[in-house]
Amino acid sequence: MKREKTLVALAGQPNSGKSTVFNALTGASQHVANYPGVTVDKMTGHYRYDGIRMEVVDLPGTYSLTSYSLEERVSRDFLLHENPSVVVNVADASNLKRNLYLTFQLLEMEIPVVVDLNMMDVAERRNIEIDVKELGRQLGADVVPTVIRTGKGKKKLIKSIRMASRSEKPFQPLRIDYGPMEPFLAKIETRLSMEKSISGKYPPRWFSVKLMEGDSEARELVRKHLAGADEILGFVEKERHSFESEHDELPERHIAFRRHLVADKISKTCIRPKEDTKTPLSDRADKFICHRFLGPAFLVGVIYMLYYLSIVQGYNITNYTWPVLAKFRSLVESILPDPGFIAEPLIRSFSLWFVDSINALLNYIPIFFILFGLIAILEDSGYMPRMAFILDRLFNKFGLHGQSTLSMVLGGIYVGGCAVPGVMATKGIPDERARLATIMIIPLLNCLAKVPLYVLMINIYFVEQKGLAMFFIATISLLIALPVAKILTLTVLKNRDTAPFIMEMPPYHIPTIRGVLGRAVERGWLFIRKIITIVAAIAVIIFVLLQFPGISDERQAYYSEEKEKAIATFYKKIKGSPYAEELKGENLMALILYWNEYKTAKMMTTGEEAAKELNQKFEEENPVFFKIVQPKKDRVAKKVNRAFKKLFKARKKLLREIKKEKIDNSFLGRLGHSMVPFTQWAGFNWRVNVSLLSCFAAKESSVATLGALYQQEEEGETLEKRMKKGEVGFTPLHALALMLFMVLYPPCIATTIMVKIQSGSYRWMLFSVIYPIILGIIVATLVFTGGTALGLSGLQAMFAFYGLALTITIGMGFVKAKNVK
Amino acid sequence: MKLTLDALKPGNECFVKRLASRDILGQRLMDMGIYPGLKLKVVRNAPLEDPMELELDGFYLSLRHEEAKYVEVEQV
Ligand SMILES: Nc1nc2c(ncn2[C@@H]2O[C@H](COP(=O)(O)OP(=O)(O)O)[C@@H](O)[C@H]2O)c(=O)[nH]1
Ligand SMILES: [Mg+2]
Repeated sequence: MKREKTLVALAGQPNSGKSTVFNALTGASQHVANYPGVTVDKMTGHYRYDGIRMEVVDLPGTYSLTSYSLEERVSRDFLLHENPSVVVNVADASNLKRNLYLTFQLLEMEIPVVVDLNMMDVAERRNIEIDVKELGRQLGADVVPTVIRTGKGKKKLIKSIRMASRSEKPFQPLRIDYGPMEPFLAKIETRLSMEKSISGKYPPRWFSVKLMEGDSEARELVRKHLAGADEILGFVEKERHSFESEHDELPERHIAFRRHLVADKISKTCIRPKEDTKTPLSDRADKFICHRFLGPAFLVGVIYMLYYLSIVQGYNITNYTWPVLAKFRSLVESILPDPGFIAEPLIRSFSLWFVDSINALLNYIPIFFILFGLIAILEDSGYMPRMAFILDRLFNKFGLHGQSTLSMVLGGIYVGGCAVPGVMATKGIPDERARLATIMIIPLLNCLAKVPLYVLMINIYFVEQKGLAMFFIATISLLIALPVAKILTLTVLKNRDTAPFIMEMPPYHIPTIRGVLGRAVERGWLFIRKIITIVAAIAVIIFVLLQFPGISDERQAYYSEEKEKAIATFYKKIKGSPYAEELKGENLMALILYWNEYKTAKMMTTGEEAAKELNQKFEEENPVFFKIVQPKKDRVAKKVNRAFKKLFKARKKLLREIKKEKIDNSFLGRLGHSMVPFTQWAGFNWRVNVSLLSCFAAKESSVATLGALYQQEEEGETLEKRMKKGEVGFTPLHALALMLFMVLYPPCIATTIMVKIQSGSYRWMLFSVIYPIILGIIVATLVFTGGTALGLSGLQAMFAFYGLALTITIGMGFVKAKNVK
Repeated sequence: MKLTLDALKPGNECFVKRLASRDILGQRLMDMGIYPGLKLKVVRNAPLEDPMELELDGFYLSLRHEEAKYVEVEQV
């Protein structure tokens, strides 16, 4: 049996509903966004009809098919080189005239076109009546009206695609009349027809129009395929010149102009002019949403809600999801080999470390899911371009772009985003210089993983001014990011191309549940896949760096000795009691585990009933041990209990010392020590260095590593207390320098990879890692050493630095950057 | 002196006369639907004055003043 396959390309202007058509046809859920320029990569899917496999490719939305922008090039190249059997031109019926401009260019390529006249519901609502038959006749192509969001017209569209793909009769589309340019086009066409090597490869009319346009890729094709390329291109150039001098107009402008004229003519004959001219709803809404005062207020409200719902409420959800993750950890713990008195099996410590690292990330999933869902709503509704509209002036002053807004919101413009989707979203920015600048500064924003360290520091060193300190840290990142963007724009990015900011403000849409959930899941999944795999890999490396080379034999012997001493003391104390016999040899370790297990279980149970049940269970398991754990009034048991508690504590202390010595002695610890000469000016000691080094994998490690470095002395002591105790010389000024260094911390591995993908070069990737380190050291040193020299308190230094950053930001805003085209 | 689009205030309507840019800006304007002979209206300026929003034939575009300078117009 022969397997037939048909390639179908979806082309259309942004927001015409291409992605929705793609989803309707293939059933796949793909990005649907009411935001110009979201789809740059082409998406593929398929469906079956008549037993034939129809491959569908969703091309990026473009207003035209020149080769000026990346999207247009991607679409053009696909149509030209991949030989699709049919092009489905998705056109917005409520804006037919403008859409025809692209339709003509598709028709010119002489691939069978089916025009999907989408959004008929919107057109009807606006009283726009379209003579579909007449339109089809004039275009020379099938026109299918649809409301693809509700599925209306889908069957007919599928049938039309099939018909067009069979192409029994030659496709004879409308021929645009280029008026006074026709003789010039004819000359080029005649000249090209003499070249055997390309006859039949490309439509001759299309080729001559493109050459007359001065299209760079058409010229490239000539160079590639024709021997006498230079001569032909010279000939074309001459024709272009003579057209311009005769008609006082650039040939490419004239071509575009003619297309608009024809579009105007066709729309006049096929569209019944709308009768009422009342302003559309979207425009009336914009009166408020883009209002001089209400607009920015609304914008702040939207961003506030975004963070409130995702960070605050999402965090509340983690109260329910965390126990699940904790259960998972206990489960893993229970199947691992038991720890010894002072020696933990490597497999055990590694597995638990691994689970902890992954859990720390998985814990964020509810937050991200809500964040992604809300952002999908913003995109789908059409509010995003309004945000760009409102903020463009501000961002433009710093070398960024109105469309950087989405990236910055995702990256954490206030507190709590993620740089990975933020950097990913920069692909929608048409201006190359602004795009690169955005990519470079996104990691400076406050991603969710930086927050735990801030919270820790603020809770220890800025307790009195918690709110103020949090506001400082949340806004300082933007005050650093903006001047940095400007400096990059004026220096390394000086010669990059800029693009005009001509953006469509699409009408508002009510987001669909399917679209929103689909995207939240899709982005969430991407996050899980990309981040978790990378973090897992890095967790392994950090583990090795923290564990090895380990403790010397000498010290090991010392610890063994200490252990024997503690045990001997215990046995001496309980000598003669009936329990002494029961706790010999291996039983002692068993009691330690039993004790541990009981304590953990007890911590997790609430209510009297459950506690009783728990006691019963443990008593049944081992009545003798239970007696020691819960001696009640039994005097002998009480004595053993007391002695055992001492032993237990002694063991803990030993474990803590061993762990500390291990880290101290580890590769990472040594590195932390060796960096002190450099970092002392920023106020970082070796422990802080180690914790910062461990952040390279994922920043949430910072607090976990500090947690490991400041071991508990008493049960349930918080890290805040432990750190305060462990670092006597640490002041708020130290904490401030550390927090600012965290703001400027280089991107995590996952972000670094995304930077490579979006910037397309390893050099930018390296740059994005190195410049924040240098800047971070400078800022932290300035704050710590400068603050110490001036005798500033932490709070004073905070105000001073904020003032400095604000001044630089405002000053930078006035520096003008030259545009490059 | 020639009147250019950036000089218009919200509420003003005009016909496009000429695009004075020979480079990509001119082409982008054309591709986005701004061509000689078209009638358009300035709807509003952004809260910080720039960019401006235009209505042309049933759809809306935003454009920076600095770029609107290249659109020569004739006020209605
Ligand atoms: N009213 C209406 N809205 C639609 C229709 N088709 C798509 N949309 C909406 O139009 C917006 C843009 O759609 P999308 O598929 O992302 O367009 P694309 O940019 O061409 O891929 C989304 O909010 C869709 O939900 C339709 O037939 N009627
Ligand atoms: Mg799309």
